[in-house]
Amino acid sequence: MTAEIGQYCLLLALLTALFQGTLPLIGAARGQGLWMESAIPAGRAQFIFLALAFCALINGFIENDFSILYVASHSNSALPLYYRIAATWGAHEGSMLLWAFILSGWTLAVTLFSGGLTPVFRARVLGTMGLISFGILLFIQWTSNPFLRLIPMPAEGNDLNPLLQDFGMTIHPPMLYMGYVGLAVAFSFAIAALLGGTLDAAWSRWSRPWTLVARIFLTFGIVLGSWWAYYELGWGGWWFWDPVENASFMPWLVATALLHSLAATEKRGAFKAWTVLLAIFAFSLSLLGTFLVRSGVLTSVHAFASDPARGLFILVFLAVVVGSSLLLYGLRAPVIRDSTRFTWLSRESLLLVNNILLVTASASILLGTLYPLVLDALKLGKISVGSPYFARVFTPLMTPIVFLAGIAAMVPWREGQLDKILRPLLRIALPVIVLAVALSLLVDGMSDIATLAGIGMALWLLATQGLSLWNRIKHRQSLSEGVSALSMSFIGMNFAHLGLAVFVIGVTLSGSHSEEKIVKLAPGESASIGAYTFKFGGVHAVEGPNYHAQEGRFDVFEGNRQVAALTPQKRIYQVQKNPMTEAAIDPGLTRDLYVALGEPLDKDAWSVRVYYKPFIRWIWFGGLLMMTGGLCSLLDKRYRIGSRKDLTLESQRGA
Amino acid sequence: MRFLIPLGVFLVMVIFLGVGLSLDPREIPSPLIGKPAPAFDLPTLEAPDRRFGPHTLKGRPYLLNVWASWCEACRAEHPVLIDLARRGEVNLIGLNYKDTPEKARAWLEAHGGNPYQTVAVDANGKVGIDWGVYGVPETFVVDANGIILYKHTGPLNRKVLTEKILPLLRTPQDPRAKTP
Repeated sequence: MTAEIGQYCLLLALLTALFQGTLPLIGAARGQGLWMESAIPAGRAQFIFLALAFCALINGFIENDFSILYVASHSNSALPLYYRIAATWGAHEGSMLLWAFILSGWTLAVTLFSGGLTPVFRARVLGTMGLISFGILLFIQWTSNPFLRLIPMPAEGNDLNPLLQDFGMTIHPPMLYMGYVGLAVAFSFAIAALLGGTLDAAWSRWSRPWTLVARIFLTFGIVLGSWWAYYELGWGGWWFWDPVENASFMPWLVATALLHSLAATEKRGAFKAWTVLLAIFAFSLSLLGTFLVRSGVLTSVHAFASDPARGLFILVFLAVVVGSSLLLYGLRAPVIRDSTRFTWLSRESLLLVNNILLVTASASILLGTLYPLVLDALKLGKISVGSPYFARVFTPLMTPIVFLAGIAAMVPWREGQLDKILRPLLRIALPVIVLAVALSLLVDGMSDIATLAGIGMALWLLATQGLSLWNRIKHRQSLSEGVSALSMSFIGMNFAHLGLAVFVIGVTLSGSHSEEKIVKLAPGESASIGAYTFKFGGVHAVEGPNYHAQEGRFDVFEGNRQVAALTPQKRIYQVQKNPMTEAAIDPGLTRDLYVALGEPLDKDAWSVRVYYKPFIRWIWFGGLLMMTGGLCSLLDKRYRIGSRKDLTLESQRGA
Repeated sequence: MRFLIPLGVFLVMVIFLGVGLSLDPREIPSPLIGKPAPAFDLPTLEAPDRRFGPHTLKGRPYLLNVWASWCEACRAEHPVLIDLARRGEVNLIGLNYKDTPEKARAWLEAHGGNPYQTVAVDANGKVGIDWGVYGVPETFVVDANGIILYKHTGPLNRKVLTEKILPLLRTPQDPRAKTP
């Protein structure tokens, strides 16, 4: 019965979305107050319907209702409850329903926290979101209905892909989708502003917190995915430039550009047209990512079952949404006038350079992802573009971004004086170079130029960032007064840039100094990697709460000192008879030691994989710092969402 | 006008994406075609203490089929492989990719038997990376000189087998003269 309730709610949500996408927009055009206001109850109703539909599907999984085709294909009665719940979004149909549900969640949030918006603007934002939702729900109903019944009902389900039976995998998709779909809010704000011709500082101030929240989720989702790939896939890698990974990274880069550009628009009224275009781009790339993943035009390690009808639908949807927004942009943007002038040496210029680099990076990833497809379409042969291309293109684009990131905060808006900016920079340049050389000597005797460059860039970013922080607080009476006078968004920026520096160090050192070995070890034998010796103490049986395991013991020595005892396992889950390899990782601030049991070979010998990964944790730590930066900025008093009073106060103050 | 440029660029992209939909992404040629098959030395599924590598087959053409027990599409091609093994025309080698021997054995048993002469166990997928494995299943045709002649991505079917793969194995030829 629940499948029918879910189906019914899905249809109700579809109708509500159609209502929400039409009446308020017409009302906004005609000045009909009541029609505009109807967007709010419609948005809330849609959320309730989709929440019910989503719960109905989860219930199907909890109750092991294998008469639902989707449940039968992706679950099993022996699957633990929490994985059964997570299996709801473990495949195509359910993850599209999650997409729609999350969009309705964002819609609900806009209805709740939009007190500061004018009724016309709010109607347009919600109307645009309603149209997007209508398209996605139509897609689900038409090509990807998760509530289809399976007759006759099978006794048992097909089970969930074992790779997905992991904690990281249960929360990675929802976080990523929160980010992806959250960009729809910034997009809808941009469309509403274009429709109404109200591209002002208020618009960018309203957009900024929504973009921030979406980007926080997107960052978290990407970090989770990378971390999961590292510990579970057992390749020891953290990023593979897979088309599906690229699909999440492109919107992230553009959202980052958008945040920086919004800052210039809000503070100085600069780049209005460009900022609007970025907001359109960011969400378009989310949709494009959905198309790439769902249509099967690209083969990837993530590729799920693909279906041409689904691909065609999403392509048409993509063409309508992005095409009409870009047309609207083409018609409305020419009348947008930037109210500001700035010279080449100003924060505006530097932010523009940052934007160009980020968008170029995103475009080159798009090119690398689509290039094989385009060549194929032109009958020029088939190629696959792999990580060598991305690494070669990406590094030269990221280097100037890191170089400029710290400087930008020191350069004033509008017009800077060259000697005033250059003098302190020259003063820190020499210490940074000396320290970079010293550290590089310490790490590898300066044998690797990439290490030197990476360390140098990270130090430079830290030094320039520290300098701009110091400039802000040095004129105050005391340190504590100086710190407390800093705005939350300034602190947020410092956290985010600190995260970037930490990330650069992680990428550089783990990239050029990781070591790995696959060896055959008998008890008592040892393998060494770097300065570490792994002594194999043999394997014995262990009983877990719900599994039997073969547990190996490795004592890890650095010289004569024992630094870790690692116990990787080969588990057989009792219920499922599902063998799993549990790698043992000794995490550390400066290095990870990673051991995984391979196969039992002759007698007591096992094949064993050992890795030494220096500074790898800094990669994700950097990502988390960027997230923290976003959270700090969100607390800035300018963005108290929904408080009309704050906004008017701010605008009286003249920003 | 310049504000309409993004729309123009986007429309061109949509056209390519549309054409892309009609193409078969599974037909990805491997850069390894015409090149020697990457060497490996892996434990076998039958007996973990016995090891297997392409050198063992030196002088004989073979099919290398990459499969795994977690792979849905492998179920579809399994009857084709069993049929092929019954005919005994080719040396069929399995590469069990990112799998565990226990599960692999159980899977073969449950799906109609083991069609492979030998299954090499690539538990961590390292050999798969050497061979440029995109997704499972994949099948490589390797000739008597150890040169990769052809790669098929996705489940094998009888059509591909009789029209593309078997002719390659029947006629001795120099693959380097033929560009894919």
